[in-house]
Amino acid sequence: MFKILEKKELSPGVFRMVIDAPRIAKKTQPGQFIIERVDEESERIPLTVADFDREKGTITLIFQAVGASTELLAEKKEGESILNLVGPLGKPSEVAEGIGTVVCIGGGIGVAPVYPIARAMKEAGNKVISIMGARSKEILIMEDEMRAVSDETIVTTDDGTYGIKGFVTTALGQLVERGEKIDRVYAIGPVVMMKSVADATRPLALPTVVSLNPVMVDGTGMCGGCRVQVGTETKFACVDGPEFDGHLVDFNALRTRQGMYRDMEAEAEKEHKCRIGLGRDS
Amino acid sequence: MMALSLKKHPMPEQAPEVRAHNFEEVALGYDEETAVAEAERCLHCKIPQCRKGCPVGIDIPEFIAKIKERDFDGAIAKIKESSSLPAICGRVCPQENQCEKYCVLANKGEAVAIGRLERFAADREMAQNRPVEPIHYAEDAKKVAVIGAGPAGLACAGDLARKGYRVTIFEALHTAGGVLSYGIPEFRLPKEKIVKKEISNLEAMGVKIELDSVIGQLYTVDELMQEEGFDAVFVGTGAGLPRFMEIPGENLNGVYSANEFLTRCNLMKAYQFPKYGTPIRVGKKVAVVGGGNVAMDAARTALRLGAEHVYIVYRRGEEELPARREEVLHAKAEGIDFRLLNNPVEVVGDDKGWVKAIRCIKMELGEPDASGRRSPKAVEGSEFDLEVDTVVMAIGQGPNPIVASTTPGMETNKRGNIVADPETGATTKPGVFAGGDIVTGAATVILAMGAGKKAAAAIDEYLKNK
Ligand SMILES: Cc1cc2nc3c(=O)[nH]c(=O)nc-3n(C[C@H](O)[C@H](O)[C@H](O)COP(=O)(O)OP(=O)(O)OC[C@H]3O[C@@H](n4cnc5c(N)ncnc54)[C@H](O)[C@@H]3O)c2cc1C
Ligand SMILES: Cc1cc2nc3c(=O)[nH]c(=O)nc-3n(C[C@H](O)[C@H](O)[C@H](O)COP(=O)(O)OP(=O)(O)OC[C@H]3O[C@@H](n4cnc5c(N)ncnc54)[C@H](O)[C@@H]3O)c2cc1C
Ligand code: SF4
Ligand code: SF4
Ligand code: FES
Ligand SMILES: [Mg+2]
Repeated sequence: MFKILEKKELSPGVFRMVIDAPRIAKKTQPGQFIIERVDEESERIPLTVADFDREKGTITLIFQAVGASTELLAEKKEGESILNLVGPLGKPSEVAEGIGTVVCIGGGIGVAPVYPIARAMKEAGNKVISIMGARSKEILIMEDEMRAVSDETIVTTDDGTYGIKGFVTTALGQLVERGEKIDRVYAIGPVVMMKSVADATRPLALPTVVSLNPVMVDGTGMCGGCRVQVGTETKFACVDGPEFDGHLVDFNALRTRQGMYRDMEAEAEKEHKCRIGLGRDS
Repeated sequence: MMALSLKKHPMPEQAPEVRAHNFEEVALGYDEETAVAEAERCLHCKIPQCRKGCPVGIDIPEFIAKIKERDFDGAIAKIKESSSLPAICGRVCPQENQCEKYCVLANKGEAVAIGRLERFAADREMAQNRPVEPIHYAEDAKKVAVIGAGPAGLACAGDLARKGYRVTIFEALHTAGGVLSYGIPEFRLPKEKIVKKEISNLEAMGVKIELDSVIGQLYTVDELMQEEGFDAVFVGTGAGLPRFMEIPGENLNGVYSANEFLTRCNLMKAYQFPKYGTPIRVGKKVAVVGGGNVAMDAARTALRLGAEHVYIVYRRGEEELPARREEVLHAKAEGIDFRLLNNPVEVVGDDKGWVKAIRCIKMELGEPDASGRRSPKAVEGSEFDLEVDTVVMAIGQGPNPIVASTTPGMETNKRGNIVADPETGATTKPGVFAGGDIVTGAATVILAMGAGKKAAAAIDEYLKNK
């Protein structure tokens, strides 16, 4: 059992949980994730380790309640526990000294997984420019944290309520225009966002790393459910990734595979809502 | 002496039309009278041929003699001198290629039902729920880490604990058992009654099981030995890496590896969706590609999940099906449609990215090759489409590289299997032993269990001399 030490709603439907997991905290590196299972009946779902504290033995998860399993997790209170937590999984990001200028782009909830990468890049002595995109000001998360680890932070909102009006690619375009010499781009967020960043950087030959989020089960390379098309090869995102060369990823195929259970997921969410409804009546 | 029947006593089983719609065990097991009557068929040969066919050399005539005498405790004690998991092996061993193949009775009629008798003795003991004696470990007992809680790891851990070593098993999944838990379905191997019981008996003896621990990620083998204080390590990580055919369309929605399909169903209980949160998509028509146990399990699982029509697509013929004979017969009785001598060349998708058919080419068997197997050849221009919504690839598994790639000094061969001495399990890295599917490639429960036992003996030797 893994105890939830802190819980906070960062913006509507987006939660931050600090969990007691000393073995995992000791080992986790930026770019890695865990798989959790709330209770005996629930699904295994992957979540990125958004932060870790090796001394305190804790990891931080930041997640959006979008369906049955994330809603179930969101209902857990401080002091309660989740049944299973396995990790760290996946390959760590390739962080090194002397890469130069790294642009870290986080779209929506994608800011959470990009944060530990930005921090590590900065600690390794690179110049970090962060671009954070959100639909609107009130759903922007982790702005202070990102600013603290970046040489420059640019915010974009779709509706213009804060920062630059537009998308993360608008801000990236401005960096290129002003002549910023960019050595590597990290882009994590919704598939459409990662695809448009990759499409923008491909003609400029800017190395671009994306973190893929296909449906996973075991996270150890055993089921092959997480397979993604990268160039001419099929890769298992949980063990070969989750980070891949954005210029080679087939994003359309990823989108299709993510939708494999859409109707059943809606059914699961209905069942879940029903169950907590019942819980209140009795 | 009374005349002996040429046939085995039939196994009581659920009727095919009933069992095709539930996940309960198909074969119900002999009762006492049937077991004793079957035991009476054994001739107690002076030179028992049957024993040659058992990979762990169980004293078959002796345990059968005890059943005949109704000394059932004696029978199971005899079996346990050589085997750690008799309730499991009695159920899933391919007996027709092992012990029963060599039984002298098989020359004239049917062999003695050795597997069924072994299962009977084991089940009878399990049903008694005898308390397990915890082991008293010495203050300075040495520590051994076992990686993987499949049959190899469980057998190794059990034998080492009985020898007084403190054993910790590290298992990647949230449930122990390996393929016994996530692969082989409930209707062939009950989880609560058999698999969990074996595991909780080990824990009662004092074996520690650390679930959710992926070695190579959480700890490396070197860290286990240098920082976590383990004096030796056994690697029993199995053959968990699913193979695909590398034909077009394999990443379409609706294409599963057998591992994923079976894991969703067995481990995650997707057959009880949405009560259990994990979905599985079966559709109306399913094609399972392959002819081994894994393929039979996937096909029969699809049927039980509600598929209307399930095909087995296999590139060779009936004779070559590598599955246990009993599973093939059960699958046929349940209505699985065998399309033999057909090989998939493409999975055909619709415009939304979902499977709509599997394109196959007809095959014919050529002349026997060097190994004596008749290799299949495609019949040119014979392609045809089978309309299906789901395809399950059950064409084999390779070794997962996570442990090997993080363990310097431990050699692997060109297929990625760990190189280990067949008699001791010793790898090229001192203090590290390995056995089961990670060494041999996908094989059988009994071979994995046997390898675990041999390695336990070798680890004992190694630590005594260290
Ligand atoms: C490596 C990785 C890291 C991730 N990190 C985060 C994170 O830090 N924060 C966060 O909010 N989300 C993260 N996700 C996504 C998160 O796993 C899904 O949102 C979650 O599984 C949805 O489950 P649900 O039952 O609540 O919703 P559902 O309604 O069941 O699913 C909603 C959508 O989520 C995806 N999804 C469903 N099941 C799975 C599954 N088993 N594995 C992966 N995706 C699935 C599908 O695209 C689906 O359409 C990550 C995914 C991956 C693969
Ligand atoms: C569907 C199916 C049906 C089968 N039917 C039969 C049958 O009827 N008869 C028969 O004899 N055989 C059958 N087999 C084969 C048999 O199950 C295997 O040969 C046997 O289980 C191998 O045992 P093992 O201990 O080597 O590995 P496994 O049973 O594969 O166990 C390995 C364990 O190690 C864990 N692991 C892997 N990597 C790590 C890591 N890095 N860290 C920690 N843990 C790890 C895995 O999660 C797993 O639990 C079948 C196999 C399958 C898949
Ligand atoms: S363990 Fe398997 S091969 Fe050996 S006697 Fe039992 S059923 Fe036969
Ligand atoms: S060969 Fe057959 S008859 Fe002879 S001892 Fe073995 S089981 Fe009995
Ligand atoms: S999640 Fe099963 S192989 Fe990646
Ligand atoms: Mg879900």
